[in-house]
Amino acid sequence: MEKKPFVRIAKRENASYLSAWLIRLLAFVLALILGGIVFMCAGANPISAYKTIIEGSLGKAHRIRQTVKVAIPLLGTAVALAPCFRMKYWNCGAEGQITMGAVGASFFAIYFGAKWPSVLLLPIMGLAGIVFGALWSLLPAIFKARWGTNETLFTLMLNYIAIGIVAWLQGGPWEGMPGSQIIPTFKESAVLPSVLGVHCGWIMVLILMFFMYFYLNFTKHGYEVAVLGESENTARYAGMKVRTIILRTALLSGAISGLVGFMVCSGTDQTLFANVANGVGFTAITIAWLSQLNPFAMLIISMMLAILSKGSSALQSSLSVPASVSGIMTGILLMTLLGCEFFINYRLIFNFKKEVL
Amino acid sequence: MGFNFIGLIKAAVANGTPLLFGTSGEILTQKSGNMNLGVEGLMYMGGAFGLCGAYVYSQIAGDSASGAIAIIISIISAFASGALGALLFSFLTVSLRANQNVSGLALTIFGTGVGQFVGELMRVKVGGYVSVPNALKNAFVGPVFPELFRNIPILGELLFSYCIFVYLGIFIVICMWYFLNKTKKGLYLRAVGENPSTADAAGISVTKYRYLATCIGGGISAIGGMIYIMTISGCVWNHTALSGEGWIAVALVIFCFWKPLNSLWGSLLFGVLLVLYLRLPLPFIPTQIYKIVPYIATVLVLIFVSMKQKKDNQPPAGLGLNYFREER
Repeated sequence: MEKKPFVRIAKRENASYLSAWLIRLLAFVLALILGGIVFMCAGANPISAYKTIIEGSLGKAHRIRQTVKVAIPLLGTAVALAPCFRMKYWNCGAEGQITMGAVGASFFAIYFGAKWPSVLLLPIMGLAGIVFGALWSLLPAIFKARWGTNETLFTLMLNYIAIGIVAWLQGGPWEGMPGSQIIPTFKESAVLPSVLGVHCGWIMVLILMFFMYFYLNFTKHGYEVAVLGESENTARYAGMKVRTIILRTALLSGAISGLVGFMVCSGTDQTLFANVANGVGFTAITIAWLSQLNPFAMLIISMMLAILSKGSSALQSSLSVPASVSGIMTGILLMTLLGCEFFINYRLIFNFKKEVL
Repeated sequence: MGFNFIGLIKAAVANGTPLLFGTSGEILTQKSGNMNLGVEGLMYMGGAFGLCGAYVYSQIAGDSASGAIAIIISIISAFASGALGALLFSFLTVSLRANQNVSGLALTIFGTGVGQFVGELMRVKVGGYVSVPNALKNAFVGPVFPELFRNIPILGELLFSYCIFVYLGIFIVICMWYFLNKTKKGLYLRAVGENPSTADAAGISVTKYRYLATCIGGGISAIGGMIYIMTISGCVWNHTALSGEGWIAVALVIFCFWKPLNSLWGSLLFGVLLVLYLRLPLPFIPTQIYKIVPYIATVLVLIFVSMKQKKDNQPPAGLGLNYFREER
């Protein structure tokens, strides 16, 4: 005689759309409750803390603009990573690709900022960002395609190399005042113009979002990427050029990340410094995965995380809760959302009566 | 100024010790088939909670605080925080079957957040500056061997002049080697990492082994973060100090071919690379470029390993893959 287990797991045959979203909503609420506990640990009232977060990020028109500014690179990078992840190519190097894109763009801003007009300079800066980002992403892809080198760690290491290169530029060849360790602010002509109070990067990112949706779902490239992600052997039997697909996808992904780097240094910072990517590359990985590579869902999650991060700085000034709480909140939110997918795909069957088989 | 070789080795050992813990912990984790990319976050948590533990103890005990107890408290609090963080990871990946890469990154974001938060909170609560009394600081960094040993020419400096954590790290690594290669449980653990479905069929609980290995490994990694903060950073929370340390530890796992004993010289080598720019400045290489040498070295190792494809040097076959019993 064997006892029946207390909990069993069974696959949900056809989880309805509604119940899936209900479960995600529950996960979100759970994250808010856990976050509330964190606020209480810091000695703040959770309800007023959440109020401060919302007011600090969305309370006034200029705050909304600030929040959108934070969301732009998050969305852009998540979009960039989507094809890589569809292919199960673990590009963890968006951080470095953003940084190198910013380096490419800054090169022209620094050397030609005073000479060229905006109409000429900005497109060239954007192009330079694309090229630098794409090449930086191509490097690990070549080794992946040829020798199967582990791309996760390769791209991770390239992040630190890129950041080191900028740190060197900052204190070396591109330094402004000697000893300042700072690259001077870009000239007016190298700064992205604003539309509705936010640099026009938001328009580019939204276009990219639509582009990526069509690229992944309605093009031959997108199909190849999906097949390769599911099974390399299937792709090979179907006569697809696996190496070409890997290289092409990595190139596209790096190009978009590089463009994001251009937007950040030209639109937001108006200069270049080692921390230009500021963790965006890592956060975007989780955004891309949580949205299940749906670009429109990325928009929602990026805004959510931007609200958290902007609101947390308000929290620091008004309730003296350290702003790093945004990292904890982001982590909690990501984990609950990651975990809840299990409950969308499976259901638990409890066995309350101690039956014996 | 002549080149001081013994000085270089001593500095390399000091800088390599946090890596030794970070790496050996992650080796244990990965041997079970769990690829925990959250080491960076775990080391942050270990650093913050280790410092927190020592600080709280020094406040309670006052002048009578004993160094040995402070060290034990730091180790326990760092280990506990890391094990808890790894428990979250295990729950997500083993029980809820979430993607390992993404869960690891979420843990990194969460852990760095927690570390920063605790570090800053301590500063706010104390009103400025968290500092551990000098007597306790010396207990953390001071040599453990008596002067008699340290006075042996050259060998004394090279072998017996280090703080307790160096020897503790070597001890842990040897224990881990023995466990993985010489015991039945270690064999089971490796089986779970290589081929979970076979292990399951043989009656080994994949869930239990993955949970335990990940939590213990995570705790060991977190101790590495504590050691960094308590020795290299001088018992002061510094929110940029640990940045990148955990990622190097993950890379070192590959560098060491998933073998605990290799992590001894691997972390020593990376310790050398980390301090070389200070100890052996070369006029034609700028400091900032010099500092990225460890990362370039890692990349070269990755490429080299993938080109050689030697049978001994491969990762556990089940690494990074979640195990679904019903899908085998």
